[in-house]
Amino acid sequence: MKSKTYVLSILADNHSGVLLRICGLFARRGYNLLSISAAETQDPHISRLTIVTEADDQTLEQIIKQVQKLHEIHEVLNLSGDISVKREHVLVRAGCSEETRDGLIQVANLYRAKVLNVAETELMLELTGSPKKIDSFLRLVKPYGIIKMARSGLIALEREL
Amino acid sequence: MECLLEQGVDTVFGYPGGSVLNIYDALYEYSDKIRHILTAHEQGASHAADGYARSTGRTGVVIATSGPGATNLVTGLATANMDSVPVVAITGNVGCSSLGLDSFQEVDITGVTIPITKHNYIVKDITKLADTIREAFYLANSGRKGPVLIDVPKDVTAAQCEYTPKQPQPIPVENHTTAHELERAAALIMEAKRPFVYTGGGVIASEAAEPVLELVNRMDAPVSSSLMGQGSFDNTDPRYMGMLGMHGTVTAAKAIENCDLFVGLGTRFSDRVIGDKSTFAKNAKILQIDIDPAEVNKNIGVDLALIGDVKAVLEQLLPLLPQQNHSEWMEQIQSWKQEYPLVMKADDPEAVTPQDVIETLDELTKGDAIITTEVGQHQMWAAQFYKFRHPRSLVSSGGLGTMGYGFGAAMGAQVGNPDKRVINIAGDGSFHMNCNELVTAYKFQIPMIEMLFNNNVLGMVRQWQRLFYGRRFSQTTLDRGTDYMLLAQAYHIKGLRITKKSDIRPVLEEALSLHEPVLIECVIDRDINVLPMVPAGADITKPITHITIEEKEGGAK
Repeated sequence: MKSKTYVLSILADNHSGVLLRICGLFARRGYNLLSISAAETQDPHISRLTIVTEADDQTLEQIIKQVQKLHEIHEVLNLSGDISVKREHVLVRAGCSEETRDGLIQVANLYRAKVLNVAETELMLELTGSPKKIDSFLRLVKPYGIIKMARSGLIALEREL
Repeated sequence: MECLLEQGVDTVFGYPGGSVLNIYDALYEYSDKIRHILTAHEQGASHAADGYARSTGRTGVVIATSGPGATNLVTGLATANMDSVPVVAITGNVGCSSLGLDSFQEVDITGVTIPITKHNYIVKDITKLADTIREAFYLANSGRKGPVLIDVPKDVTAAQCEYTPKQPQPIPVENHTTAHELERAAALIMEAKRPFVYTGGGVIASEAAEPVLELVNRMDAPVSSSLMGQGSFDNTDPRYMGMLGMHGTVTAAKAIENCDLFVGLGTRFSDRVIGDKSTFAKNAKILQIDIDPAEVNKNIGVDLALIGDVKAVLEQLLPLLPQQNHSEWMEQIQSWKQEYPLVMKADDPEAVTPQDVIETLDELTKGDAIITTEVGQHQMWAAQFYKFRHPRSLVSSGGLGTMGYGFGAAMGAQVGNPDKRVINIAGDGSFHMNCNELVTAYKFQIPMIEMLFNNNVLGMVRQWQRLFYGRRFSQTTLDRGTDYMLLAQAYHIKGLRITKKSDIRPVLEEALSLHEPVLIECVIDRDINVLPMVPAGADITKPITHITIEEKEGGAK
């Protein structure tokens, strides 16, 4: 069966062990975990986790059911496809010399990325967008030399139709 | 302690230590209300709590101290987890201020046991202790049952708070079937010409033996039970075909090949049962009834699944089913049963076979005993040759396959069922894993019988080495020279031996007449194999029914 990328949104008790339980479940059952992001929701007792996974249909069914079995999990939604808005955040420090700085700033402007810090030989840029947009932005930044970067992992929310 | 009493606990198994001093101090006070069985090792206590739970249907409780005490529960919890047994483990830990500092006898037991418990807790606030214990018992028994661990740092056990009694929360009966699904299930059953009903451990957990009997009579179908499902359907009923899968009967194998509907009740389609996925019930539609939705389409794709407690679902399904008649199919099953009985052959007609012993045991106990087992050949022989008639009469580690499980489990089962005979069927390999618990059986005068088949080898592994590793018997010939009679004597336990056929009946009769722990050593040939056998992952419709023993000596290293 063919593997595809899926986005799962999970509501869970905001306990210290929940992330460990979910990550442990993925590790021991051999599920792919491409990214995970977690934080408190408007209710401080509940946190939302967004997981990106790669799986075939049968494995996806198992992943959802197995996660639902964990005691501290309230809801597991499959937010793959157009039913949700997906965003990712990236911070990147890219090198530039006097000559190349303008070019890098142009790339940033093209993507409406923000310049967060300016140093003699590098800039720190920030961009929020769909994973596709982030990927193409990074492709253009790469020739300038990426010194360090941090991606947030995907977050997603379903649309109200 | 009050919380345990609230939950109806009157027996706990355990072992004291530094971090549970406060708990044991409270036990001292409650010793008239809660009986504590002190084992030789925490592992024995964990298996005893498990055996107690499986044989009584109540929750098994085990207490251990922090660090090594807690890690010694790991095998027992994993065993209970694989077989969905309601056990609550209470471990002590170092005080909250010492947690995370690599303190003496500190271990992150909640971290360790996440993969092998249904859920676990660490309680750092005394005001949350009572509700956590209540929730643990609730979780252990609701939905698909399983073990729950509560880790309590020492300062929390020392703290005091106001205790407010509460009634235990009733366990809801789960049933997520819709009317439409029930109609589809009924239609599948009515369309079937050659149905096959398979009962697993879920039938026992949901106490569904009666509606299952009603179902198969209504369906006019033959029945097979898994290892975990032994006793969920009366083995003496003519509809019963024996087990299915790796050590199933030829009848069940023929039936699975020819059936057109497979109804799996409270079963998870273990790899040991289905063998090769592509050939399992290949001419049949599959209907599954199970409480755990994650067991649907996990190991095998099913045509329809009804999610819920087996008993609750069947009670809804039965009224939709008129009486079916499949006399031709049932006659076919009967003729296979006659053609392919389970028979164990020995070269020497005077030699004792496990079949002789277990069948005599069955006859003498009228199938009314609780049989526990270790893991290996003897386990399969017990499942094949004892005729289980009632639920909760076989207590065996099916999923994890834990050697050393049986002795502790037998003690737990005997403590929980003082009026029943409890016999642990063991092999010499498994016996040596936890034979330290002989001391517990003596100390508490637990009148269980240890039925030890001594073939001087790790027989099941030897069998695989013979078949798949060119008879290179690596590390499976034991030759330990243990004198079991002397060993029993050292523990003040009655020892008996069976060495020839004519010993079987008198020795078993004598053991059953005594009401004290007894160890019976039965010497058997090391090359008796468990048959039929299907190699792992192979087509279960083509079992091996004969293994030639070419040599009597050699090959052992």
